[in-house]
Amino acid sequence: MSAAATAGRPPGGPRFGRLLRRNAWTLGTYALFVAVMIFTISIHPDYGPFEVQSLVVGALPLAFAAVAQTCVVLGGGIDLSIGAMMAVANVLAARYMLGHDFQTALLISVAVLFGGTLAGALNGLIALRTKVPDIVVTLAMSFVWGGVALLILPKPGGGAPDKFGELASGSLFTPWIPNGILLLVGVVALVWIPLRFRGLGLALYAIGSDRTAAFRRGVRVGPTRVFSDALGGFLAACGGLALLMSTGIGSPLAGTIYTLSGVSAIVLGGVSLAGGRGGVTGPIVAAFVLTLVPADLILSGTDPNLGQVIQGVLIVLVVMAGGLAPLLRRRAPRTTDETGVAAA
Amino acid sequence: MSTQAVGMRGGRWAAFQRQLQDRPSLVLVGVLLFLVLLIGIARPGTIGGTWVANTILFAAPLGIVAAGQTLVMLTAGIDLSVAAVMTAAAYVAASQSYFGSIRAVILALAVGLVVGLLNGLGVAIFRVQPLIMTLGTGLVISGSLLVYSLQVSHQGPPAVPDIVRYVGSGKLLGSIPVSALLWGAIAVIVIIGLRQTGFGRLVYAVGDNPTAVRLAGVRGWLVLLVTYVLCGFFSAVAGLVLVGAINAADLSLGDVYLLPSVAAVVIGGTSIYGGNGGYAGSLVGALILSVLSSLFTLLDAPDPLKQILYGAIVVLLAAVYVRTAGDTG
Repeated sequence: MSAAATAGRPPGGPRFGRLLRRNAWTLGTYALFVAVMIFTISIHPDYGPFEVQSLVVGALPLAFAAVAQTCVVLGGGIDLSIGAMMAVANVLAARYMLGHDFQTALLISVAVLFGGTLAGALNGLIALRTKVPDIVVTLAMSFVWGGVALLILPKPGGGAPDKFGELASGSLFTPWIPNGILLLVGVVALVWIPLRFRGLGLALYAIGSDRTAAFRRGVRVGPTRVFSDALGGFLAACGGLALLMSTGIGSPLAGTIYTLSGVSAIVLGGVSLAGGRGGVTGPIVAAFVLTLVPADLILSGTDPNLGQVIQGVLIVLVVMAGGLAPLLRRRAPRTTDETGVAAA
Repeated sequence: MSTQAVGMRGGRWAAFQRQLQDRPSLVLVGVLLFLVLLIGIARPGTIGGTWVANTILFAAPLGIVAAGQTLVMLTAGIDLSVAAVMTAAAYVAASQSYFGSIRAVILALAVGLVVGLLNGLGVAIFRVQPLIMTLGTGLVISGSLLVYSLQVSHQGPPAVPDIVRYVGSGKLLGSIPVSALLWGAIAVIVIIGLRQTGFGRLVYAVGDNPTAVRLAGVRGWLVLLVTYVLCGFFSAVAGLVLVGAINAADLSLGDVYLLPSVAAVVIGGTSIYGGNGGYAGSLVGALILSVLSSLFTLLDAPDPLKQILYGAIVVLLAAVYVRTAGDTG
């Protein structure tokens, strides 16, 4: 039994091998993206800047939703209200930007982003103070925000200045690199790089992987949790604004699907739902995969209504494969989640 | 010893608090009675035999789906596919009624069993997180249902089978809803099953300490598998009862039941971390949520406001429960 336990531990091979193994899942996601992209180009030979642009604009809201969920999940939580917060940001911006110029629109965006941050922090605070599990709090809050979105804008409507939409669809340098991708990279880098190389980011990963150990090590668990939720709220608001950029109008119900597809994207992107493991590039690439697949289906003549089925099957197969790998490697007496339970 | 403890804390209030801590379900019943009282004050004369019968009639689908959700949450899981299964079962029954009621009902229940089996396989054998597994199957089911509905739509509009309509909205002896009897039967089976049978104790054990269960030589995966199959089955039954009560099937029929099914269980005191709780609480939780929405309807609040209040009250009730019952997490 002890022999089995030691055999289950990864041997300390060369650094490259270790790097490869640690990032195998994310690399797999990249490979999947490349494969889907090759398939897309093969069925659509004149793939050009316009297609790249529509892909980016279509994937942008989902990418933000996925990064938002990543921030929360890395800290060991989950936020099922991200889609609803996106909807609120979306309708709020659409309602007040209508008929204003670009500068005002930017000011409104800043206000919306601030509001999103507060909304996310509220989720964290409620879960922290009441000790109600965050999955329940955020599920209930998704109702609250859904209602707020309907109060702000009962029917799809509103609008934004054209220049605001060009933040996603225009192209600053070459038509092959739409602004949307620059925006995404910019915002994520702004949030992620300081986080990754600071104590706060480390604390986030620490409370995600083992809350008790982190607490004993002196990590301020409560504030870090609220911070991760606030970050999720901020990025969800970004997603709502991206939704406005891509559709041009506000819709109180358009955001809701992004809660679940955001979770799908992070799972596909190699973030562990148990917390503390994963990065931010995997979910973004996964968001592009999840946007490309239904588009490809329509192009290749498959029933587009099967899109949701394919997405579900993809998620289930991917996570099953993830569960199968350790099962096949060794029918080990200890899997990671069980040791976690035993330690707690 | 207990008298000494009470003496030390002093006063009747402390004793009352201890009583509440030991039996948090008293708080739940109190909340339920308070809500009924509110309705009585807001609209005098509404409370009566008919009102009670109708409330139970509308609470029955939620109560039945909460039975499955309770079982799953006792094993430290969650089933996010219940709403999709409810919708699918209801729609399949309605669209197949053309070929006979019995066949329609059997097919509808089969949908629930198959989805439950899939969830169970993923969670129990492949060790997929319940959240993501059931999310995936939920997507697959609602997507497949969309394709299916487009294929059967040329057969004419879906019609709810008579037997389903009878179970969903029929009344025995003029006043007792048939769905209430069905719900009662399920409640008795689940409560007794959880308390008295070996399987019931294993459900708690798997949720409480999977390692201990494995070391004890129990096939924990089998317990999980059966739990998810039961949850799928109960969801399908709930879908049938719902479509029988509403008498029209559409593709988003069950969607509104996802949050309430989780909320009823959580308000009812079952820990989302597993191993703690029971169906009696979920039952009261389902009644509370139904009375709450009928209160909103009576007050004639606009829909978005209703939604906001509903979400806020769910958080509040869960918080109150956690506070009175002590730290369950």
